[in-house]
Amino acid sequence: MTLRPDAILEVDALERRFDVSAPWLNRLIERKPRRTLRAVDGVDFIIRRGQTLALVGESGCGKSTIAKLVTGLHAPSGGNIRFHGDRDRLQMIFQDPFASLNPRWRVARIIAEPLRTLRPETPEAEVSARVDELLRTVGLAPADGLKFPHEFSGGQRQRISIARALAGEPEFLVCDEPTSALDVSVQAQVLNLMKRLQKEMELTYLFISHDLSVVRHMADVIAVMYLGRIVEIQPTADLFANPLHPYTRLLLETIPDLEAPKRDRAPMGGEVPSPVSPPPGCSFHPRCPLAFERCKQERPERRSHVHNRRVACFAAEEGGPDVR
Amino acid sequence: MSDVVLDVRNLRVEFPTRKGVLVAVDDISLQIRRGEILGVVGESGAGKSMTGMSILGLLEPPGRIAAGSIHLSGDRIDDLDDRAMQAVRGRRIGAIFQDPLTSLNPLFRVGDQLVETIRLHTDLDKRQARDRAKDLMREVGIPAVEERIDSYPHQFSGGMRQRIVIALALCAEPELIVADEPTTALDVSIQAQITALLKRLCRERGTAVMLVTHDMGVIAETADRVAVMYAGRLVEIGKVEDVVRRPQHPYTIGLMGSIPSLRKDVEELQMIPGAMPRLNAIPPGCAFNPRCTQAGPRCRAEVPRIPGGHSTGAACWLAQTGTVEKGEAA
Repeated sequence: MTLRPDAILEVDALERRFDVSAPWLNRLIERKPRRTLRAVDGVDFIIRRGQTLALVGESGCGKSTIAKLVTGLHAPSGGNIRFHGDRDRLQMIFQDPFASLNPRWRVARIIAEPLRTLRPETPEAEVSARVDELLRTVGLAPADGLKFPHEFSGGQRQRISIARALAGEPEFLVCDEPTSALDVSVQAQVLNLMKRLQKEMELTYLFISHDLSVVRHMADVIAVMYLGRIVEIQPTADLFANPLHPYTRLLLETIPDLEAPKRDRAPMGGEVPSPVSPPPGCSFHPRCPLAFERCKQERPERRSHVHNRRVACFAAEEGGPDVR
Repeated sequence: MSDVVLDVRNLRVEFPTRKGVLVAVDDISLQIRRGEILGVVGESGAGKSMTGMSILGLLEPPGRIAAGSIHLSGDRIDDLDDRAMQAVRGRRIGAIFQDPLTSLNPLFRVGDQLVETIRLHTDLDKRQARDRAKDLMREVGIPAVEERIDSYPHQFSGGMRQRIVIALALCAEPELIVADEPTTALDVSIQAQITALLKRLCRERGTAVMLVTHDMGVIAETADRVAVMYAGRLVEIGKVEDVVRRPQHPYTIGLMGSIPSLRKDVEELQMIPGAMPRLNAIPPGCAFNPRCTQAGPRCRAEVPRIPGGHSTGAACWLAQTGTVEKGEAA
């Protein structure tokens, strides 16, 4: 069941639970119950070919778990992921360019790995020509292939990660916080590179970030996550112009804005509750200024009309007086 | 002069290594007044944390202050021995670091850690210290203080832990707080709470705050003045709104342009070509000259400095003299 012919990825009612129970002996002696963490709790979205969908949210909201589910590093506990493309042409860029490159391998070998794995018949001369080309594509020199990862700065290492991801000629890239470990001026270089590559190679990105300004620059569609669920999904311009969910508004209000610093604002209180025991009903209700009785009992869904419903919020839906 | 709390003059921090002496902080002068928040911003390796650490007297050997002076409310503190510095640190200067978990002892209840610190710096008895600890916890916004005072650090969330660290820093009512990336490990909504708390404390108590961070947005919303560092040097200093809106130094201009905007749509972010030089390869003249599109002969020969005695300005020949040619104009 493909809803849109141009969808490359369809995620439907995706769930991932983790068992976070105490060890067996503690459960036996101290009668501690089994506990499950619902890291991803019924998530749907589609990504169209050549577009960028961004998942934003605070730590623990489940965005990185989705990245791992989509790439197959975790198996879903429920729901499904349909990828209408070549599974071999799905690659990932990780956050930490210090941990994701093998320190004992030379850069050329790191970049060639996907090629050698996916197309082992490729002649050696062709592999090294391709590696040189990839290094140039990401703004490094072919001579850099002989060096080890520690000889590079964070930004250059992230370029190496991108070159490695490109080696398998991907059509779909999952990017988990690709610039969060980088300084802003280096981040600008990497983001520009990613945008250029997307245009040149018609790449599709699933872009995960906690930084709304980065996401605004990169994404066509933004999904805002809170405690394992997508609370709102809208095209980027709409989300910024007319945020519907109170949590989205909270996020937009709290990010420091260079052009219009809110120096005297009173920040919204409260914290993200533990995903092991989320509040009943809408999990945002304890922090929500618009919450009413129904929010404490019922869970607002985006599910029933999968992709037309943009926000999971009773207040926004019923259009109370406080809702724009 | 009376309300200048921190006065750093011509500070130079060196790291002698086998391959030569690295200059991590190069001729930095800055002042912070009572009730003022000075932001110190820069990219990794720019020397901003090193500046904070030298003020706290926590430079890791072989790092050492090679030149310059640091005065705290008129008293010189950079030449104190370890014991004397220990008395200054905590009592007169509070410190807040990035990771609240490393600033707290995981084996002790937070209340006991607060009481210990309070008793170290004041002559309150145990009971009074505990009451003071509760007051401090309330002041930094910890709910249900009576219950939480006997919790261990791991039982708090990251934001609450950072509040405890701030309470610890406040124990002795210091004149100055050095906060090194205090919100970097926190989520945005929590970050806003913590910066608002810092601002309130600074306003109410008149504490001077040095806020070291890489995040220009946090500076724009929190600090009164900002110092921009590059390759161990101060490249620009001034009022926050001036530096953000009308940056003078080409590096600051590039830095501002590279931050994705929340309002404007741009196809491509402005980029500064290249990368900050390593400390062992700082070019002669202006450290930024190889990456600067406007650099001229003078920039490659002479190091520009912030005009002496000024609390605002840019260390840039072009901004100062209108020319990058070598000449008698100097």
